[in-house]
Amino acid sequence: MIEIDGLTKRYGDKTAVDGLSFVVEPGVVTGFLGPNGAGKSTTMRMIAGLGRPTSGTVRVNGKHYPAAAAPMSELGILLDARSVHPGLSARSNLLALARTAGIGRRRVDEVIELAGLGAVAGTRAGGFSLGMGQRLGVAAALLGQPQTVVLDEPVNGLDPDGVRWIRLLLKSLAAEGRTVFVSSHLMSEMAQTATRLVVLGRGQLISEGSVEDFVDHATTAGVLVRTPDPARLGQVLAAPGVTVSNDGTDLLRVSGITAEQVGSAAWRAHLPVYELTPTHASLEEAFMHVTRDSVEYHAGATR
Amino acid sequence: MSAVTRPGLLPAQGAPAPAVPAPVAVAGPVTQVRVVRSEWTKLRALRSTWWCALTAIVLIVGLGAAITGSGAPYTISAGNSAAGGVTISLAGVLFAQLVLGVLGILLFSGEYATGMIRATLAVVPSRLPVLWAKLIVLAGLVLPVTLLAAVAEFFTATALESSRGGSAISLTDPGVLREVAGASLYLTVIAVIGLSLGALLRRTAAGLSVFAAVFLVVPLVAAYLPQSIKGFAPYLPSNAGGTIWGAGKLFGGHQLGPWTGFAVLCGYAVVLTGLAAWRLRRRDA
Repeated sequence: MIEIDGLTKRYGDKTAVDGLSFVVEPGVVTGFLGPNGAGKSTTMRMIAGLGRPTSGTVRVNGKHYPAAAAPMSELGILLDARSVHPGLSARSNLLALARTAGIGRRRVDEVIELAGLGAVAGTRAGGFSLGMGQRLGVAAALLGQPQTVVLDEPVNGLDPDGVRWIRLLLKSLAAEGRTVFVSSHLMSEMAQTATRLVVLGRGQLISEGSVEDFVDHATTAGVLVRTPDPARLGQVLAAPGVTVSNDGTDLLRVSGITAEQVGSAAWRAHLPVYELTPTHASLEEAFMHVTRDSVEYHAGATR
Repeated sequence: MSAVTRPGLLPAQGAPAPAVPAPVAVAGPVTQVRVVRSEWTKLRALRSTWWCALTAIVLIVGLGAAITGSGAPYTISAGNSAAGGVTISLAGVLFAQLVLGVLGILLFSGEYATGMIRATLAVVPSRLPVLWAKLIVLAGLVLPVTLLAAVAEFFTATALESSRGGSAISLTDPGVLREVAGASLYLTVIAVIGLSLGALLRRTAAGLSVFAAVFLVVPLVAAYLPQSIKGFAPYLPSNAGGTIWGAGKLFGGHQLGPWTGFAVLCGYAVVLTGLAAWRLRRRDA
């Protein structure tokens, strides 16, 4: 479990993380979302004790992580930037980390196989592709069979096979009762993997809860209806809390009522309906909607 | 689960309780001995380590032999002690110190440059054991390697001298053993100073610049300063520490006593290591 309370990190007069409070529960995969520069990596570094909070506290499995007796059994972390030595082989990189906790070669070989690095274990990590580097980083995070796993952009640079591997891995870690906290830019991937979400914007908490709640609350689910007389149907459906929009074609976009209610209303008004489709917002749309005002770097933004 | 206020937009959903109890951990506590093993794993596996060690040996033995062989045969007299002859044969130490200083700097700055420091400090979040472990493995490598090289050079040089008709020098002559072992002690402390500079400055380029300035530029400039303002020269790290292997005789001028000078050099190393420890503890990685 990760408990973050009032966490703030300032660099000079720039506030990277601003009064953040949330809890990452064990047993489920929790996604960590936010636009670039929202403070995700800064938060993850503070979880691992690599950055000192300006104020606030981080607790990993109920403890102050830097004071943990056996750190590798508490927390395994993959940080976004490469954090391996290019002059060392994959095996030496892992062995050096393993030694600090008295972890033997057998476990090192186990995670090498687990990460699919068996064929390149003796190769210097400097020659690795981004994807292989990520696999090595994930292997390092799993070495100590930690209670809590924190992965910053683990699918970055992975091939479809690797993406699938991460998805199954995260789910199995969570099923084992571990705390799994993972950031990603790939919304579709997050929608498939995460059960809960923590959403950040400009260093502040925007949302915390289940993926479904996030999508439902962030955007209004709607109904798409095609009829020869959109204006008439619009009048029929008009009610408080119901919005109807029409772009001049025979399509109506209705929100605030269900497809069943739209169908019944049309039938009572003797209006033919050619098409009736409930539409669900995707996680990506929900994310865009929620973080619209807190995006630090807009594409094509003028200064 | 502790109750925590959730300032998010959404109501908190009860997370499913973990189905399986926590598995038994394979990872044990961090101990200083384990961190030393970890650092030795890294140092041993890096090619640069062995290149630096080999270069240092070649400089001490090869360059020393070349210098010994190129001058006139060394004869012990009133002004030329046995120890003085040993100093000349150890002149390669002046160059080996640069190589071993670089080895020390890279041992820390290399981790910052590659990003490995984050992985290292994430598994040893108390941090200081990493500095002590690097210090131990570095000294544990440099001391025996340079001692071996200095002893090898002593016997090479004495063999050369006797073949050319120079005076026979024995390890039991006054100051000789101190100089041979001292060369190794000197180089070990220099490597430790390099390590501290690497930890303190974090960047290889910055570490190399400061190291080169302190051990190469400043002593050279100081040697040519007028007598009235060069009073600090004996206290420069290389001049002070060099006294233990008689390096002062190579340049002349006022010198500290061999052990006093070496103590001054160790003082620099202790202060720098202390600063490095303070910075490692305090600053974000």
